[in-house]
Amino acid sequence: MKAALDARTLFVAIVVAGLLLLPVYTGARGDQFVLTLFTRIVILAIAATSLNLILGYGGMVSFGHAAYLGIGAYAVGILAEEGIGSGFVQLPFALALSALFALIVGALSLRTRGVYFIMITLAFAQMVYYVAAGLDRYGGDDGLTIYARSGFAGLINLSNPTQFYYLCLALLLASIAFMWRLINSRFGMVICGSRSNDRRMQAIGFPTFRYRLAAFVIAGVWCGLAGALLANHTDFVSPAMMYWTRSGDLIVMVVFGGMGSLFGPLFGAISLLVLEEGLSRVTEYWQIILGPLLLLIVLFARGGIDGLIGRLRRG
Amino acid sequence: MLLLEQCLNGLQFGLLLFLLAAGLTLVFGIMDLVNLAHGSLYMMGAYFAATFVAWTGSFFAGALLALAATLLLGVVLEMIALRPLYGRDHLDHVLGTFGLILFFNELVRLVWGPAGLSLPLPPALNAAIDVFGIYYPAYRLLIILVSLVVALFLYLLVMKTRLGMLIRAGASNRDMAGALGVDIKLLFTLVFGLGAALAGLAGLMQAPILTVQIGMGENILILAFVVIVIGGIGSIRGALVAAIFVGLVDTLGRAFLPDLLRLVLSVSAASTVARAMSSMLIYLLMAIVLAIRPQGLFPVVGR
Amino acid sequence: MADANLLELENVETCYGLSQVLFGLSLSIAPGEVVTLMGRNGMGKTTTVRSILGLTRTRAGSIRFEGREIRALPAYRVAKLGIGLVPEGRQIFPNLTVRENLVATAANRAGAADPWTLRRVLQLFPRLAERGESMGTQLSGGEQQMLAVGRALMTNPKLLILDEATEGLAPLMRAEIWRCLAGLKAAGLSILLIDKNVEALTRIADRHYVIEKGQVVWTGTSPQLAAASGIQHRYLSI
Repeated sequence: MKAALDARTLFVAIVVAGLLLLPVYTGARGDQFVLTLFTRIVILAIAATSLNLILGYGGMVSFGHAAYLGIGAYAVGILAEEGIGSGFVQLPFALALSALFALIVGALSLRTRGVYFIMITLAFAQMVYYVAAGLDRYGGDDGLTIYARSGFAGLINLSNPTQFYYLCLALLLASIAFMWRLINSRFGMVICGSRSNDRRMQAIGFPTFRYRLAAFVIAGVWCGLAGALLANHTDFVSPAMMYWTRSGDLIVMVVFGGMGSLFGPLFGAISLLVLEEGLSRVTEYWQIILGPLLLLIVLFARGGIDGLIGRLRRG
Repeated sequence: MLLLEQCLNGLQFGLLLFLLAAGLTLVFGIMDLVNLAHGSLYMMGAYFAATFVAWTGSFFAGALLALAATLLLGVVLEMIALRPLYGRDHLDHVLGTFGLILFFNELVRLVWGPAGLSLPLPPALNAAIDVFGIYYPAYRLLIILVSLVVALFLYLLVMKTRLGMLIRAGASNRDMAGALGVDIKLLFTLVFGLGAALAGLAGLMQAPILTVQIGMGENILILAFVVIVIGGIGSIRGALVAAIFVGLVDTLGRAFLPDLLRLVLSVSAASTVARAMSSMLIYLLMAIVLAIRPQGLFPVVGR
Repeated sequence: MADANLLELENVETCYGLSQVLFGLSLSIAPGEVVTLMGRNGMGKTTTVRSILGLTRTRAGSIRFEGREIRALPAYRVAKLGIGLVPEGRQIFPNLTVRENLVATAANRAGAADPWTLRRVLQLFPRLAERGESMGTQLSGGEQQMLAVGRALMTNPKLLILDEATEGLAPLMRAEIWRCLAGLKAAGLSILLIDKNVEALTRIADRHYVIEKGQVVWTGTSPQLAAASGIQHRYLSI
């Protein structure tokens, strides 16, 4: 079907190689900033990949996915504040909390479709935002500083930027591999199938609601993991992490990169964050450019980066 | 008497929400367009008002100019940025109009700076009126009055005029309306302009008592969407009922929940929980309505 | 002469997405004529109607109304030039009352001397007068059909196009529709009829076109059609 070295595979290989070698480059140049930037990119790429499962493959436009970033982050932050610094406790807590929230929201929202679904997921995420903003004990609106990163009993030192970066990168690559297995399984087939024709799937005998709910929960837990990483990365949690515009950013990453493609979310995360960085050097008011640019991309380049590369291959 | 005052506040807030929701539901119901930038028009109404009132020195002149400016802005926005989105996936609408939000927020920051503006009330309106034994701000009563008049106007427009018939016809069968000689593009622009004017009106009216700042549109936009989901997308009647309901629940909830909770919890726990729960009330309400009647309270016939 | 015709289609090609439906269709209607378009399902009758109205984009050919090229015009412009549509499936507006359905899109753009008014239409269809305030969805099939015809008449068209106007109706109702159409013809209105009832069509129409696979395969007058039973059998599966 594809030649061993077609454009897309080559592009992916280059990007992954670049990411693997990044700390070598930044170490040599002493450029901490770029390493920090790309750690953030990798973490958000994990979040975007999780969203891709339900949005890109499943066609469920969740506008509240950033809530899980916040939940995962706050789980770490709250436990840290309460004196529990062990990653072995924080991480499962973050994942469990995310799973619970995803289960409740999914059970309620997945009964609806289209714009109702978009609005409901958005509303629930805002709800979590307000709850977090109301938690005076944990910083409220101003947020909460985390003084020590998750401890893993010496197995890995998250305070070391390079180790932390490689941990995140490993988790990202594992995420993509997991996604690949998932999509190519029967589960994945049902998810993709119920995107285009739910009734047919049900007629064949699949309880699509259950499958979609499972996908929703998986995506939520996955993103909660990203949230826990993010808390460690910024040493800080605040409600702003889950403001609805953050959810919009995640959607932009998935669409930019190419919906329903394995590496699309990664491309999207890289593009969006690099673009933000670049534009913000040109002008303080870079969103004035980003906004209309987004509209133009929606109008003219819906396939995203992955689509563009795909066209390169064919053309 | 506190209850009456809070009820009036709730009614006033609800009616402001209605103005916003009516425009949203019209645009979505007729043009099938999900417009997240509706909140930006609300914000522009407030900013225009603060600016024009300062220029002209007159509250009413400034308000009228702001209304006209927002209407114009809406029409231009529709023609340039939104027309290409018609007929597309809702996801495209969400993404495209999300981009517009970013644009408008930055534009406002560029032109007016990051700190918000203020819009002082003229002395004539800065008084209190006796209402059933309590003294209630005259301005808030004016908001209630104006909103009710607008609601009546909308009802008459949609139900009793030729234009209203065309709007309803276009909502249920766009192609057929076109085949009978209706210029759908023009109709859409008119409807969008109307929605923009409503959003601008809400924005300028709340400016003296609430806020004029960047990002103010997003917060209330979500509430407006909750209102139209509860009321039924495409239904103005539904938007009115749901908006008043939401306004009352939100205001009364925030006002009385701490006291209610203090009956069962400690004072500090009560205030923390109350703060968290007050924000949640609206969404709980939405969840309940959706669980019972997913199409909303007044679903629209047609498509 | 070509320009004397009210409506003239010449080699019209239309596609739905990637599949072509009309392969060079040509027909004409002179003022005052009643012309039919017949054929089995899926042969392109409705596509022809949609092409004329500009509801479906055409790829090639020419469509002239009163000598003026209308092929690329949007639907509302075509309608404003004087073509009234009674579509397949009636498609009355469900969220408007009967009266509103008639009045909403009413017009008299050509400034006709004795135009179709609400009163005149209700005289033609007394049943609609009774149901004036009912919502569109509350009418029976026959009443909806009358409403659709009345709605189109209210736009005072020069050419009326009816697509399957008697489909699914009881015989009595069908007869009433035919009577109504005969009356319209007598009043001088040009009509393009798409229907399956060959016998009724032969009585009322002047000329006929038979369409098969997106092209006209036979055309002739009513006497010619009545005589050519082979044509009927072959293309209309009678």
